[in-house]
Amino acid sequence: MNLLLAVLLPLAVGPWLLPLAGRLGRSAAAWTAAALTAAALALVSDIAPAVLAGETVVASWPWFPQLGLSVSFRLDGLSLLFAGLILVIGLLVILYARYYLSEEDSMGRLLGLLMLFMGAMLGVVMSENLLLLFVFWELTSLSSFLLVGYWNQRPDARQGARMALAVTASGGLALLGGIILLYLITGTFELTGILASNREIVAHPLYTPMLVLVVLGAFTKSAQFPFHFWLPQAMAAPTPVSAYLHSATMVKAGVFLMARLYPALSGTDLFFFLVSGTGIVTLAFAAVVAIFQHDLKGLLAYSTVSHLGLIMFLIGLESPLSAVAAVFHIVNHATFKASLFMAAGIIDHETGSRDMRKLNGLFKYMPITATLAMVAAAAMAGVPLLNGFLSKEMFFGEALGVRDEFPLWWLFPLVATLAGACSVAYSIRFIHDVFFNGEPVGLTKKPHEPPRWMRVPVELLVAVCLVVGLVPAQIMPPILTVAAQAILGAPPPDFSLAIWHGFNTPLAMSMVAMALGASLYFGLQRFYNLHRIEGGLAIGGRAFHALVAWLVRVSEYVVGAVANGSLQRYLVLLLIATLGVGIVPFVRHDYQPGTVAAEPIHGAAAVVWLLLVASAIATAVFHRQRLDALVTLGIAGLASAVAFIGLSAPDLALTQLSVEVVSIILMLLALYLLPQDSPREGSPLRHGRDLLIALAAGGGIAALVYAVLTRPLETLSWFYLQESVPGGGGSNVVNVILVDFRGFDTFGEITVLAIASIVVYALLRTLRMDVPATGAPPPDEDRHPLMLRIASRALLPFALLVAAYLFLRGHNQPGGGFVAGLVTAVALTVQYLASGIDWTEYRLGVRFYRVAGLGLLVAGATGVGSFFFGAPFLTSAHGHPRVPVLGELPLASAALFDLGVYLTVVGAMVLSLAALSHVNRNRAS
Amino acid sequence: MALLLASAIGILVASGVYLLLRPRTFSVVVGLALLSYAVNLFLFAMGRAVFLQPPLISASAAGYADPLPQALVLTAIVINLGMTALLLALAVRGRVATGTDHVDGVAGQPGPEREKPAS
Repeated sequence: MNLLLAVLLPLAVGPWLLPLAGRLGRSAAAWTAAALTAAALALVSDIAPAVLAGETVVASWPWFPQLGLSVSFRLDGLSLLFAGLILVIGLLVILYARYYLSEEDSMGRLLGLLMLFMGAMLGVVMSENLLLLFVFWELTSLSSFLLVGYWNQRPDARQGARMALAVTASGGLALLGGIILLYLITGTFELTGILASNREIVAHPLYTPMLVLVVLGAFTKSAQFPFHFWLPQAMAAPTPVSAYLHSATMVKAGVFLMARLYPALSGTDLFFFLVSGTGIVTLAFAAVVAIFQHDLKGLLAYSTVSHLGLIMFLIGLESPLSAVAAVFHIVNHATFKASLFMAAGIIDHETGSRDMRKLNGLFKYMPITATLAMVAAAAMAGVPLLNGFLSKEMFFGEALGVRDEFPLWWLFPLVATLAGACSVAYSIRFIHDVFFNGEPVGLTKKPHEPPRWMRVPVELLVAVCLVVGLVPAQIMPPILTVAAQAILGAPPPDFSLAIWHGFNTPLAMSMVAMALGASLYFGLQRFYNLHRIEGGLAIGGRAFHALVAWLVRVSEYVVGAVANGSLQRYLVLLLIATLGVGIVPFVRHDYQPGTVAAEPIHGAAAVVWLLLVASAIATAVFHRQRLDALVTLGIAGLASAVAFIGLSAPDLALTQLSVEVVSIILMLLALYLLPQDSPREGSPLRHGRDLLIALAAGGGIAALVYAVLTRPLETLSWFYLQESVPGGGGSNVVNVILVDFRGFDTFGEITVLAIASIVVYALLRTLRMDVPATGAPPPDEDRHPLMLRIASRALLPFALLVAAYLFLRGHNQPGGGFVAGLVTAVALTVQYLASGIDWTEYRLGVRFYRVAGLGLLVAGATGVGSFFFGAPFLTSAHGHPRVPVLGELPLASAALFDLGVYLTVVGAMVLSLAALSHVNRNRAS
Repeated sequence: MALLLASAIGILVASGVYLLLRPRTFSVVVGLALLSYAVNLFLFAMGRAVFLQPPLISASAAGYADPLPQALVLTAIVINLGMTALLLALAVRGRVATGTDHVDGVAGQPGPEREKPAS
C-alpha cells in the first residue's frame, strides 16, 4: 500500500493540487510540492529497512488480468536507490525552482508537471509488472515533453520538446515490442518470473530481436549514441528541469532498465557488445564533443551523455563488481551533475548569459557559487577526495577487466583513459573559462551572488560529493550492496571503498587522464583559440532533421497523389481497395459452394425474385430520370418486404413496409429541392470501369451468400428461442431480443437515430432555397385538396389505433415499438402533406426533437431503473414487477423500454420529414 | 432457393455500387438505398432461408426461423431510414452551398484541386 501511495501522491494528486496552490503564491506552491514529496519519501523510508536487510517487497493488485496487466509494485535495492535519488533530489529541485523561476512564469504549472514526472519516474523504478512499467515509462517521456516545452513561447523550447518526444517515444514503442516478445518467451509480464528465467530467455530464437528492441528503448531514453542528440536540445528547458530530469533521473531510466533486466537478458556476447559497446562509444564521443560546447548547459548535457555511456558500459560487463561500480556512479553522477546544473542556472540567472565566450572571471563576483561549482566540477573530472574519483577508479579497473572477455581488450582501457582525459578537459574548461580567464564580455547584468536559499541545494549536494569522497566506506556499502544484488540476482562479491588502494593500474590511468586532460584544454586554449571553434559534431541532430524532412516530403507526395479533393475518386479507390481485400480469402482458401442439397424453387418466390431483380436493374439503368428511379426503388423495397413475409420474418416485413413509405416521402421531398434529372456525363471508359467494379462487387457477394446458404447452419439462437418465454416473457422472439436480450444495442441504435434526425433538423432549419429553377413542376394552385384533407383527418385516429395495437401486441406477435413508431410517423406525415405545415404544427403543438429526446430518456431511465434493484443496466423485470402500482402488469420493464423506442422513432422521423418540408415552404413563399 | 437469394443480393449490390459511383448526390442516395436492401438481405441470409416458420413461440409450431439475424436486420432497416434522411439533408444543403448537386461540389469536373498540402 505504501508503494502505491508513494507513486500516486505526486502522480495523481500533484498535477491537480499545484496549480491551485500556485494561485496562493509561489511559496505556497513550493511548500505543497515539498510536502507531497516528503510524504512519498516517508512512505518509502518506512519500507526501506526491510529492503536494506535484503528483502524484496512486492505488492500487487489485479487491474486487467486478461492482458496480464496488474498494478504491482516492487521495492528492492535498485528500486530503493533510485526512489531515494528521485525523491531527495526532487526536494532540492523544488527548493531551487522556487527561487529560479521569475515572477511571470507559472510556479504551479512547473511544479505540477514536476510532480507528474516524479510520480511517473517512481512508477518506472518500482514497477513489478513490465506493462505497468511501460505505462510509467511513456508518462516520463510525456512529462519531459511538457517540461522541455515549458517556455512554449520560445521556438527552441518547442523544437527541443518535439525532438525529445519523437526520439524517446519511438524508443518507447520499440520497448513495448521488446516487452511483448519477452512475454511470448516467458509467458509473464511480472518481473519476478522474468528475472528467474535467464536460461530460457537467452536460448530462445526470439532473444535477438527482443534484446535489440529493449536496448533501443533504453538507448533512446538514456541518450546513447547515435540517439544522444535530443538531450542537448532539451536544454531549452528551465534549469531545474535540466538538473532533475535530464541529468539526475529521467535519462537514467534507460540505464535503470538495463540494470533491472540484467539478470534476465545478460550472459551473451550480443548483450556485451550491444550494451558495453554502445556505452563506450557514447562515453568517448560525447566527452570529445563536450569540450567544444560554448553553452554552459550544452557542455553539461554532453558530459551527461558521456557519463550515461560510462554507466551503460559498466552494466554490459560480466564482472559482478561492475554492477557495484555502476550503481555507485549513478549516485555520484546524480549529485555532482545536479549541483553543476544548478550552479549553471545560478550563473544564467545572475548574469543573463550561458555563453562561455562571454562569461569570464566570475570568481570575483560570486566566490561562494564559484567554489561550489569548482568542487562539483572536480568531482566530475574524477579528482581524488571527491566521490567522482572513487567510481571512476572502479570504472578504470573494470575496463581493464574486460581482458578475459574479448581479444581486442586493450581498446577498452585505452578509450576509457582518453575519454577520462576529455572529461578532465571539459571540467577544467567549465572552471577556467567561467570563473577565471579574464573579465566578462558584454553582459547585460552585473553578476552577483544568488539569494541565500537558492544556493542551499547546491551546497547540500556538494557536501555529499565531499563526504562520500572522504569517507565512502562509512556511508555507501549497505545501499550499494543491496542495489548491486538486485542487478546481479545474487549478492555481490566483497568490495572495499577507500581513497587509497596503493599504486595500481587504475590509479595510473587516473593520473594519465588528469595530465592529458589538463594539457589538452590549455593547449586548445593557447594554440587554437577554443572560443573560435564552432559547431561540434551534430551528426545525430542533422540526420534526425533530414529524416523528418524526408517523411514530410513523402507524405506530401502521397497526399498530393491520392487526395485531389474529388469524393468520387476517393469512393472508387475505397471500393477497389475493399474488393482487393475481399478477393484474398476467395483465392487463398479456394472457393467452394457447400454441400447442403438445393431446395426446389417455389413459383411465388420466383415472381418476387423477378420483381426485385428487375426493379433494381431498372433503378440503375434509368437513374437519370430521378422520379422514375424512385418508383422502381420503391418497387424493390416492396419486393424485399414481400420476400421477408415468405422467409418467416413478419416483423421485418412490417418494418420494411412502413420504412418504405417514409423513405419514399423523404426522397420525394428532397427531390423537389434538387434537379429532376441527372445530366449525361462521364466518358464511356469511366462507365465501363464503374460497371466492372459493380459487377465484381455483386458477383463476390452473391458467391459468398451462395457458399453460406449451401452450408449447414450453426447458430446460438436456440438460446433465444428457449429463453424467450420464460426469461423475457414474450413469444415474439425478435421483439424480445430487441427490447430485452440485446436491449443495450437497441438503445444505441435509437440514440443514433435521434442524433441523425437532429442533425437533419440542424442542417435544414435555417435553410433558404434561392437556387435557379430545377425543372420541377410549379407548386399546385390547390395545395391541400379538400378530399385528401378531410379523409386524412378522419383516418388519423384509426392509424393511431393501429399503431397502439401493433405496439401492445408486439411482445407476443409481430409488431412492437419500431413498427408502431413508423406507422404513427406515417400517419402524422400524411397530415403534413394534406393540411400543410402551419396547420399541422399548430394543431399538434409538439416539438418533435423533444419527443425523440423524451423517448431516449424513457429508454435510458428504464435501463437505469435496474440499478435501484442492484441489477446491471437494462435488466428486464418480467415476472418480478418492481413498481408496486404496476405490480400486476407482466411486462413492466420491457414494455416501458419499447415505449422509449416508439417515441424516439416517431420523434426522429417526423422531425426529419418536417425539416425537409420546411425548406420546401421557404422556397415556395 | 439458395441460388435465387444469392443472385438477388448480388444484383442489388451491383446496381447499388454502380449508382454509388455516379457523380450526382441523388444517385448516390438511391444507390445507398439499394445497397441497404442488399445488406439487410445478406444479414438475413446468414440465418438461412426458412419458409413460413416465423420465430413466434407456440405449441403448434413445427420449427422456427433464426430470430437473431431478424432482430439485427430490423434495427438496420430503421437506421438506414435515419441515414437516408441525413444524406438527403446533406444533399440539399450541399446544393445550396455549392450551387450544384455534383458530389465534388463542382459540376462537370472530375475533381477540384481544393487544398494543396502546405509545403
